[in-house]
Amino acid sequence: MIHSTSPIAILFFLIFVAITLGLSFFLGSRAKSSQGYFTAHGQIPWFVNGVAFAGDYLSAASFLGICGMIAFYGYDGFLYSIGYLAGWVVALFVIAEPMKRLGRFTFADALNARFQSRGIQLAAGVSTLAVSVFYLIPQMVGAGVLIQPLLGLPHWVGVLLVGATVIVIVVTAGMVSTTWVQFLKGALLVIFSAILTVMVLNRGFDVKDGGLDGYQFRTLGPIAGEFPQAASDVPELADYELLDTGGKLGFPPYLRTRNKETKEIVTWLIDPQTDGKALLRECQTLTQTSSGEVLVNGLPKGVGPGHASLRPVGFLSSLPDGKTSTRPIGPLKFISTLQQSEVVLWHSQKFLSSEGVEPAEVTTIFSPHPTPGSQVLRPGESPTFKGIRSDKFVDKLNFLSLMLALFCGTASLPHILIRYYTVKDAAAARKSTIVGIACIGFFYVLTLYMGLGAMTSGSLDVSDSNMAAPLLARGLDENLFAVISAIAFTTVLGTVSGLILASAGAVSHDLISLFTHEKLSEHEQVRVAKIASVVVGCLAIVLGILFQSLNVSYLVGWAFSVAASANLPSLVMLLFWRGVTKQGVIAAVLVGMVSSLAWILLSGDTFAAVYGLPAEKALVPFSQPGIVTIPLGFLTLIVVSLLTKPKTAV
Amino acid sequence: MTSRNSRLGLSLFAVYLVLYIGFVLLNTFAPNTMEATPWAGINVAIWYGFALILAAIVLALIYGVCCGASEDQS
Repeated sequence: MIHSTSPIAILFFLIFVAITLGLSFFLGSRAKSSQGYFTAHGQIPWFVNGVAFAGDYLSAASFLGICGMIAFYGYDGFLYSIGYLAGWVVALFVIAEPMKRLGRFTFADALNARFQSRGIQLAAGVSTLAVSVFYLIPQMVGAGVLIQPLLGLPHWVGVLLVGATVIVIVVTAGMVSTTWVQFLKGALLVIFSAILTVMVLNRGFDVKDGGLDGYQFRTLGPIAGEFPQAASDVPELADYELLDTGGKLGFPPYLRTRNKETKEIVTWLIDPQTDGKALLRECQTLTQTSSGEVLVNGLPKGVGPGHASLRPVGFLSSLPDGKTSTRPIGPLKFISTLQQSEVVLWHSQKFLSSEGVEPAEVTTIFSPHPTPGSQVLRPGESPTFKGIRSDKFVDKLNFLSLMLALFCGTASLPHILIRYYTVKDAAAARKSTIVGIACIGFFYVLTLYMGLGAMTSGSLDVSDSNMAAPLLARGLDENLFAVISAIAFTTVLGTVSGLILASAGAVSHDLISLFTHEKLSEHEQVRVAKIASVVVGCLAIVLGILFQSLNVSYLVGWAFSVAASANLPSLVMLLFWRGVTKQGVIAAVLVGMVSSLAWILLSGDTFAAVYGLPAEKALVPFSQPGIVTIPLGFLTLIVVSLLTKPKTAV
Repeated sequence: MTSRNSRLGLSLFAVYLVLYIGFVLLNTFAPNTMEATPWAGINVAIWYGFALILAAIVLALIYGVCCGASEDQS
């Protein structure tokens, strides 16, 4: 699809950036000491801290990724919502209060409270950095992905803009400004998601043949006989010539025709019916040539005669009882109506041009598949989770492993953990977590409505699931789109600030002190942290540009798995077992971190997405490491602790 | 007081853990049960998902109220 630049969106975004930067400079004067810089003097009110938790946690992956996944595949995206929220229960009931009691600045403090060991400080500092940087990459890539369609600027500008803004926020006032940026973003995100949901319910459902541009996708037939010969008898195809597919581009099930006049290539999905006849469903194609040309349906991408662009989709093919429109609808009725309707979902399939054909091409065919609502609203319909419908036990393990990593990951994310030090006591830490859970839980319920709303909005871009939520807003109201786009962008700002601050804390508080003989003064620590913020920020910009083609949600899952495997075993065991030794903690952090990273690097997902190798050649049986590496972390900690038990212990 | 809070926290955690494990296992080993529509034409998958989110919020509030009460007494 071609997204036009929205001046209002740019305006809103600039206003947000101006407010946050203004706030940072205003608050900067209050953050001179390391106490002030890292933890805002522990003086953040619990309610503000709670909303800031939401702002810290609800990253671009939550907002754009989950809505997009629900819009494209249905229920499966909601499984992420459930898993992400469940992690907070661990944070509240198990981790929150001890973290607050034990530590002062960083996660390493809390781990090290009993031992004062340099080894633990090093291991925890390195794991904080590793997790934060892996979490940073998808956020920065997300910024670039967003800015292109939203503000009409190239990818690297988005990454650079976010990087620069965040560095200024973090350097000027550290945790104080970061907290207020996250508070602002968290509040806006939840409020505007609620507004969007109300508008979706108010719109209800309509039966249509196409998206908001008014184009009606054609369905021909039923046709009897053998393809491709049978197609020459179809009256609607009189103006088209059949293209010799010669086995290319997946014939069957796709039939390629070219309009004799406009030269547009129309691809049809041959959809066999139970009576032996077949329907032809109109598809869309996107071709990228090695010379950099982009073709839509065989014509150069663009507007005007001789050009084509992907058409917006997202519509119902039938409603229950033969109705064609529902009018405004209640939140429960919305789901029960969809359950009995039929939705046209779009599947995509990629084809490489045959060898020797120049220029080399990659063609993606987007084909419509009318799908019963009951199927849309059940788990296991997306490529990510289809394993649960498999008969093989190993396929099911991947899902179990991911749900375990999401459950254990939240409470082990360093940028979330440091937020416990910004309030004055354990009671305030608890209260702010409760506020956080309420905001985040409410938001995740809304993701289901926004996702399903986008699925039926008529404004979906078949080639980009990340754009589902902003485009849903565009379909409803242009100003709302501007605000939602700007919020999505601020979403990246808030999370990235938290991550950079967590990394800077690890460097200046945990790592640097290992290599200096004298203890750094407060003032020096803050200076080191500011330098570290700039360095990590620049690193994030570079990585964000380098990894721009990598899938965003894939990397977020990576960070969760590494965090859960490296940090959770030590955190939990320290609280509940007196026999933990410092060697045990060091070994558990290192083994958890290295094993989960190695597992991911050897997994089928990475083989396919990063190395371009077939997923079947992967060296591990499934892609998500959690179910193996989290228990491995616990086991390492217990075994090493028992082996290194002090002999004098009573 | 602290140990009372953490005991309460752990028992509420256990309640949620059972709910969550039930959800994950049902999805993994009996995905077809999630398709049944027991009430209001909405399937088990959606009801259970909403219930988990609601349970997290309600348990968090119970915890907050109980811990607050015990702190006031001390």
